[in-house]
This record gives sequence, C-alpha cells and structure tokens, in this order.
Amino acid sequence: MQPENIDPFIFGITVLVLACFIGYFVVWRVTPALHSPLMSVTNAISSVIIVGALIAAGPATGNFAQIMGFFAVVLASINIFGGFIVTQRMLSMFKKKR
Amino acid sequence: MMTENLSSLLYLASSVCFVLAIRGLNSPETARVGNFIGIVGMLIAILTTLALPSILSYELILIAILLGGSIGTLLALKTKMTSLPQLVALFNSVVGLAACFVAAAAFYRPEAYGIGTFLNISSLSIVEMNLGSAIGAVTFTGSVIAFAKLQGLISGSPLIFKGQHQLNAFLGIILLGLLAWMVFEQTETLFWAILCLSFVLGVLVIIPIGGADMPVVISMLNSYSGWAACGIGFTLGNILMIITGALVGASGAILSYIMCKGMNRSFFNVILGGFGVEDEVIQQKNIEDRSIKSGTASDGAFIMENASSVIIVPGYGLAVAQAQHALREMADNLQDRGIEVRYAIHPVAGRMPGHMNVLLAEASVPYDSVLELDMINRDFSQTDVAFVIGANDVTNPAAKTDSSSPIFGMPVLDVENAKTVLFVKRSMASGYAGVENQLFFKDNTMMLFSDAKQMCDEIIQALK
Repeated sequence: MQPENIDPFIFGITVLVLACFIGYFVVWRVTPALHSPLMSVTNAISSVIIVGALIAAGPATGNFAQIMGFFAVVLASINIFGGFIVTQRMLSMFKKKR
Repeated sequence: MMTENLSSLLYLASSVCFVLAIRGLNSPETARVGNFIGIVGMLIAILTTLALPSILSYELILIAILLGGSIGTLLALKTKMTSLPQLVALFNSVVGLAACFVAAAAFYRPEAYGIGTFLNISSLSIVEMNLGSAIGAVTFTGSVIAFAKLQGLISGSPLIFKGQHQLNAFLGIILLGLLAWMVFEQTETLFWAILCLSFVLGVLVIIPIGGADMPVVISMLNSYSGWAACGIGFTLGNILMIITGALVGASGAILSYIMCKGMNRSFFNVILGGFGVEDEVIQQKNIEDRSIKSGTASDGAFIMENASSVIIVPGYGLAVAQAQHALREMADNLQDRGIEVRYAIHPVAGRMPGHMNVLLAEASVPYDSVLELDMINRDFSQTDVAFVIGANDVTNPAAKTDSSSPIFGMPVLDVENAKTVLFVKRSMASGYAGVENQLFFKDNTMMLFSDAKQMCDEIIQALK
C-alpha cells in the first residue's frame, strides 16, 4: 500500500486515536493538586484553533470570511494570553515548606 | 519560504510542546517550566501559520492579537482566585465561539483551506465542519450559562420543567438530521440553522444542572472545547489542531470522571441534572432530640495547643468566608509550637478540580503539607485533632454506613477517627446535599459555632 493512497481522513483518525492515548496517560499522571492549572493551560492550548483563524484573516482582499477570521483571532488571543498568564499566576503560588 | 512539509514538522514540534506542558503538571517543581514550554509551542504554531504563503496582510491580524491579548491579560491578572471557575468557564465559551467563527470562515471561503469551493465542499469536510461548529456552539452557550450560574447572575438551583429531557433528545435528533441533510444539499440557511440549534441546545443542556455540580460541568465543557478544536482540525486537515483537541478533550473527560467519582455520582446522573431538589424532605428526621457538644474559641485553642498533630479539613465555605489567610496564620502558630499541621483535601472540596489547592497556595500554605484524600485518610486514626472548617458533606460518616443516605458511597474523609474533631460551622444547617451530618453527634466532636474567619482569628488570639 502506497502512503499517497491513504485518505487524509484515515490519516487524521490515526493521529486522533494516538493523541487520545497520549492525552489519557499524560493527564492521569497530573497531580490532583494541579488540576486547576491543568484546566487553565488546556484552555490556552485549545486556542490553537487560532491557526485556522489566521488563515481566514490572512488574505489581502476583504470578504465575509475575513471578518469571521478576525473575530476568531481576537477570541483565540483572549484565551491564549489569559490561559497561559493565569496558569503562571497559579503556579507561582505553589511553594514548598520553608 | 514555508513549504507544506516544513510547516507540518513545525506543527509537530508545537504538538510535542503541548504534551510536555501537560506532562510538566506532574509536580509543582516542573509545572512552571512546562507552562513555559506550552507558550513556546503556541508561538511556534502562530509564527509557522503567519509564514504560510497564503497569509498576505498582517495589519488586521496584529490588531486582532493585540486586542484579544490585552483583554485576556487583563482578565487573567484581575480575576480573584475564588472566581477561577468563572474564568475557566468564560475561557471555555471563548474557544467554543472561536470554533464557530472558524467554521463559518471555512464555509464561506473553503478555497483558503483547499477543501472545495463555496457551497461545493466535499461531504466529509462539511460534516466535520458542522460537527466542529455544533460542538463549539454548545460549548459556547453552555459555558455562558455555567458562568452565569457560578457568578450568581442567574440562580444556581437546577431549572427543571416537564418533558425537558424529551425536548433535548428531540432537538438532538433534529440536529443530527440537519447534519445529514447538509451532506446532500449545502445551503447557507442550513449552516446557520445547525449553528442556532446548537446554541439553543447548549443552554437547555446546562440549565437543569445545579450550581454544586458545576465542577463536573466546567470539566465537561473544557473537554467539549477540545473536541470542537478537533472537529475543525479535521475540516482543515490540520494535524496540530487534531492532536491538541484530543489532548484537551481527554483532559476534560478525565477531570469530569474524577469529579463524578468524588461525589459517587454517575456522569449521566449529573448531566440529567436536578440534584439537590428532590431528596431534601426525607432528611429532616431526628435532628432535635440528639445532643451535641459545643465549645468556644478558647476551648478549641486549648485542645489544639495540647495536641501533637492536627489535620485541617478545609472546604469551599472557607473561601466564601475569606478565611484562608487567618487559617494559615493559625496553622503557623501551631507549627511554631512543634505541632504537626497538615491539610486534607477532598476531590470536590472547591468549585472546580484542584480549586482548594490553589486557594491554599494563595494563602502561602506550602503544597507539601496539603494532601489528597487517598494519601491522608489512614492517618486520621493517629491524629489528635481534625479541624474541619467550611466543609460538611465530605466528612459525613453516613456516606459509609447509611445506605439510605443520598451521599451513600461517596468517598469521605475519615475525620471521626481522630481523637477530637473540631467542627467550625455557622449553624446546624445541612450541606448542599441536604443531608444531616452524623459527625455532629459523635462523642469526640466539638462544634465551634462561628464564622470561619472570626473563629480562626479568635483562636489565634487565644493561642497568644
């Protein structure tokens, strides 16, 4: 079977399933004390959707899709900055015994 | 020039960074580095995309990033740690809405993503796109409702009406029908109809769920936001979005599972909602005729002074009373006398997973003296004093003994095994589950009736 014959969908599913397994094992090892930072950092990284938004906002000519893209970039940026900063804020408070 | 192969490799690097960011949360020592790696991963993703040949104008993008970035920064810096659940709910809703916008952009200009032409998108892509936007829309309105409930903008009590579940199921089936229709006939109306229906569904799914179940709800919506990103990733054929979406989706799902287990409720029981409404009537029996022992702050101070080990059991009531700092000061005072002080945290102690740990960390409680239920439960029998403050249901022994209790089977902290239990509480009112706590009537329990902060302050005074 030649790789170029594989449907991109099947390729995507392969990646998805493997990523689910990685997610499962990595998340279970997160210490319960840090579950709140886990939620805020996943907030931040799920805004990787900005990649799709940038492509929509990028073309030189204006159109409806570009407006949609613009708003999507604004929203995703709120999350990226907000998510990472609040995570950092929380983590900086976790200190060991003097 | 950014070739497709190069950008794919950079996206892979970015995915690895995200995995490492989560992996860093294994322990507080590695977590800060992990967060930094996460930021690097996001930078790689954004810069790679900006270098793609299809992106020509940067002004609009720059404005959007600056605008969004400053709002996000402001929110992250200004929010109080007690309002963390609201912030996360808000962030979830933002991802959901962003997913809807990206889906709309892809629908109106599919050429940009190489998935066909307007109203002539490949059927697989259109299904993935609409699935992504539908999940995004449910995440958006659902999170807005969760936010409003947590913030107290609308009542936190479950909103229930007759035929609710049937209505939701009916709308769900219509949604699936519209999705299937889209495969055969692509129209703008259909695209927006699916989006609007999903918005409505998001509201209807969350309103029956009570305020106390919000930890599960925000974890679940967190998971949804990941699956929305994943769906859009499939549409755009973007590996990074698929991987990240799956990571976030898995994380939210596991957290919801942990929260459900912490309350001994099934996921469906939470989702169907209405908890804290029906069961209250049965619990009113024999409250009056049993005796309790109550004491003052100086009694409490005396008992703790003469103890060699104390375990503090904090609950969300502590944060409501803003008593974290006073509590830590009290604990410092005891530690200075050579008394071992530790904290026991129940999985559902706060309003979101790990919330209580953050609140204690904010009050400068060192994280190595804060222990989870499984780690500390056995130690209560060798402890002189269990100091319960702002918690109630999570200490109720009825969860182990009384099979008729609504909280039966819920994992609880075995505080009654300590030599003395000091229970700080404002009145004899029951906790959110509407269950009377049998701990109050044990011989080794002393009730300290007061506001949490006031009691801590008074004990500090008495210890001096």
